[in-house]
Amino acid sequence: EFQNNKTENNFPLQRAQKLIRWYRQYVARTEMRRRYTWHIFQSIEYSGEQAQIKLYNFLGYLMDNFTPASSERNLISHIFREHEVCLDAEWERYFCYKNIEVPEVYSGPHLTFPLTVEQAVGLLEAFRNKKQLHSRYALQLLLETWKLLRMLPNINRISTCQSKEITICGDLHGQLEDLLLIFYKNGVPSLEKPYVFNGDFVDRGKDSIEILLILFSFLLVYPCDVYLNRGNHEDHLINLRYGFTKEVLTKYKIHGKRILKLLQKIFSWLPLATVIDQKVLVLHGGISDTTDLGVLARLDRHNYVSAMRPPKKRNSSSSGVSIDADLEEDIWNTSKIFQRRASVSYPKPLGPRDCFQNRSLQDFSGRIKVKMEDELESSRRRESVYQLAINRSEKDVLGVSNDSVTSYDNPKEEWRQILDLLWSDPMSQDGCIPNEVRGGGCYWGPDITEDFLNKHNMQLIIRSHECKQEGYEFCHNRKVLTLFSASNYYDVGSNRGAYVKLGPDLVPYVIQYQASSLTRELTARQRYTVGRTERSALKVLREQLFAHKSDLICAFKKFDKEATGLVSLNDWASAVESVMHLDLPWRMLCSQLVSCKSSDGTIDYNDWFNELAFKGPNHIDQSLLETLYRHRSTLETIFRIIDTDNSGFITVEDFRQTWKLLSVYLKMEITDEDISHLAVTIDSNNDGSIDIDEFMEAFRLTDKKSRLERGRSIPMQTP
Amino acid sequence: MAENRQHTETVSDIHKKITTAFKLFDYDANNTVDAREISTIVFSLGCFPSQADLHQIIAEVEEGSSGYVHLDTFLPVMTKVLLEHRFPPIPVEHILRAFEVLDKENKGHLEEGELTKYMTEEGEPFTNKEMEEMLAVLLNNKRGLVYYRDAVGLLGFDGVMK
Repeated sequence: EFQNNKTENNFPLQRAQKLIRWYRQYVARTEMRRRYTWHIFQSIEYSGEQAQIKLYNFLGYLMDNFTPASSERNLISHIFREHEVCLDAEWERYFCYKNIEVPEVYSGPHLTFPLTVEQAVGLLEAFRNKKQLHSRYALQLLLETWKLLRMLPNINRISTCQSKEITICGDLHGQLEDLLLIFYKNGVPSLEKPYVFNGDFVDRGKDSIEILLILFSFLLVYPCDVYLNRGNHEDHLINLRYGFTKEVLTKYKIHGKRILKLLQKIFSWLPLATVIDQKVLVLHGGISDTTDLGVLARLDRHNYVSAMRPPKKRNSSSSGVSIDADLEEDIWNTSKIFQRRASVSYPKPLGPRDCFQNRSLQDFSGRIKVKMEDELESSRRRESVYQLAINRSEKDVLGVSNDSVTSYDNPKEEWRQILDLLWSDPMSQDGCIPNEVRGGGCYWGPDITEDFLNKHNMQLIIRSHECKQEGYEFCHNRKVLTLFSASNYYDVGSNRGAYVKLGPDLVPYVIQYQASSLTRELTARQRYTVGRTERSALKVLREQLFAHKSDLICAFKKFDKEATGLVSLNDWASAVESVMHLDLPWRMLCSQLVSCKSSDGTIDYNDWFNELAFKGPNHIDQSLLETLYRHRSTLETIFRIIDTDNSGFITVEDFRQTWKLLSVYLKMEITDEDISHLAVTIDSNNDGSIDIDEFMEAFRLTDKKSRLERGRSIPMQTP
Repeated sequence: MAENRQHTETVSDIHKKITTAFKLFDYDANNTVDAREISTIVFSLGCFPSQADLHQIIAEVEEGSSGYVHLDTFLPVMTKVLLEHRFPPIPVEHILRAFEVLDKENKGHLEEGELTKYMTEEGEPFTNKEMEEMLAVLLNNKRGLVYYRDAVGLLGFDGVMK
């Protein structure tokens, strides 16, 4: 019995035993830190997505509550405006590449159409060598892709006949390294090697456009052997927040906007799902208890441009050509059926959108984990009222309709079907509840999987959408497989990527990998420890904490009845969880987040906030600053929408109006004077315009402990 | 010493600590973890058990031979372990002393070969993989030497989770 023996013996073997135990403890601690670091990233990622959907709610609120006569109309229509009113033929003219000249100095690939496999492989090589495809060829390639996609059905149907093994890949998120690694290990797409790519090709990583160009080029060369499913990030409004828009505009300074517009159409034309041998369903997010493949196969998928925009006006003219009408016209013209103002005259359906609105409006980043039982109960109530409202609006729709005789489908219902497909996550409990973490789609249980598979006579669902440490994960009695192909997603070393091969036996064979050029740069020590990733996660977490300073101080005060300024560790943890709702192991994290602990373990919370503090623009009220800080991502997204010519500047007037609208929505007590004062302060050189980047930069927390970038920004190094 | 810092901890505090650590590995949110995670959880709660100790605990808490452990079974067992301070942390001075004993010639460092020999021989030795990993972490120079004072500093010593 070595362990409790404290005698001063010098037997080296006994000493070694102590060292062994000490090291094993270190490994266990490291593993623990790895787990909670993962939790942190994931909670914050999902709450970011939730904020994104809430942005939609805000925009929806705008549309419902501002009459055409109001002065805010310009700003709102600005936000929603389509740039042109034209038919598809006119769009093709807008996207024309023929006038674009390719300079002599251009050293990238030159493409000729129809594309050959040599050119596709050449493109791969060029990107591997960090070349960029000239905008002329990019536009041409995208145009061809658009033409092709328009001919595809909503649901791809493929088979493993002739002993072909089908390779399926999950989220790539702009990580070119991973795609190159997959092609290296598995071979490029070909007649013998069909591929399915399951969405989320873009955002977060720095080579999103390159990934798209590669996937599209192989699609053009092998249209019967390359299948693309739409992901929730194939959505131009999501791209505004998560980096793809910025990437394109940076890489293609002159033609970037046209490229983005064309991609907007391409994304809406991407198929929604793929079925293999009629038995395996491959889609990006998941299903709900109402998912209906029949409805999904029939709808006009290109009408659903973004998760954040209401269904487009459907005006199928007799010629059968779809028309991209000006949405602005839609909104204000009361005689149209599907425009949103109509919803104001009905009792508001208590669907997911409204339930977010009814939450604490001070806080966009509301609750994440909800108590399951309460949730099931209230969602049942919500669902029934929602259903009632849908039925009512459907009735009224059919009643008023004179032109759209052919459509019996409810666009709102179709939109919900698509949202469910692209945004849902599996859960281990039975049932189906709204996905409040993401803000869209639902959580579905094993019973739903069972029913769905039985109903459609299928045996397996392959989906992506969630990052998994091993790159894949089975659930629901191995009837659902999550597949994620972006390795090192949160930070270097955070997770592996995986792809799946499916032969005629339809048994999924998983291959894992981890892109290593980043990891090679780390020393061996860094690879085995968790420090770097953990520091990133903690930095992100500190920012979140700071953004909730007022609420946290309120919560602390409740525990500190005698106003000593101190709370115990336990109380600190309870208070933080009650405000942040991130379900993280706060007691464990405390020592990492708080350095000003006294010897008896109590925490001076005011000191703590000083520790976290940052230097914002001067002369601005602290609480206003905090609110600005908390909603900075949302603000940035709105600013970028407003900045239609991508100058990087918005006018002071636009800034004022945006902020005013936001504050009304948040029910903040802000006077016009405050806002004007704020705007003037931000416009430091007084030229009537505000530099968006500079404004956002002002809110970067200067962390006294570490100056590392946020984990997520490491892959996104824009030049 | 550890004991002093813990004497103000209530049973409720201990329960919270254990539950928090447990839940980090409860992937299905049903208060169950894979039995193979138990050693990580026990270590992270500030304990320094031997492998034999761990096997004993696992045997006590595992649901038959299912390979799973339920929180309801784990909680009382682990609470007792913590209240009794059954596997106290090894003080950092002992770790340093241990290294010094191995460093017979008092060089201030150990060679890769020496360390490997001690850690992979008797008692509850390292597996090859563990040895490889530890060396990767501790060796930061080309000469294959472990500067153990640095190592102790590097790996840190917050053995006691508050």
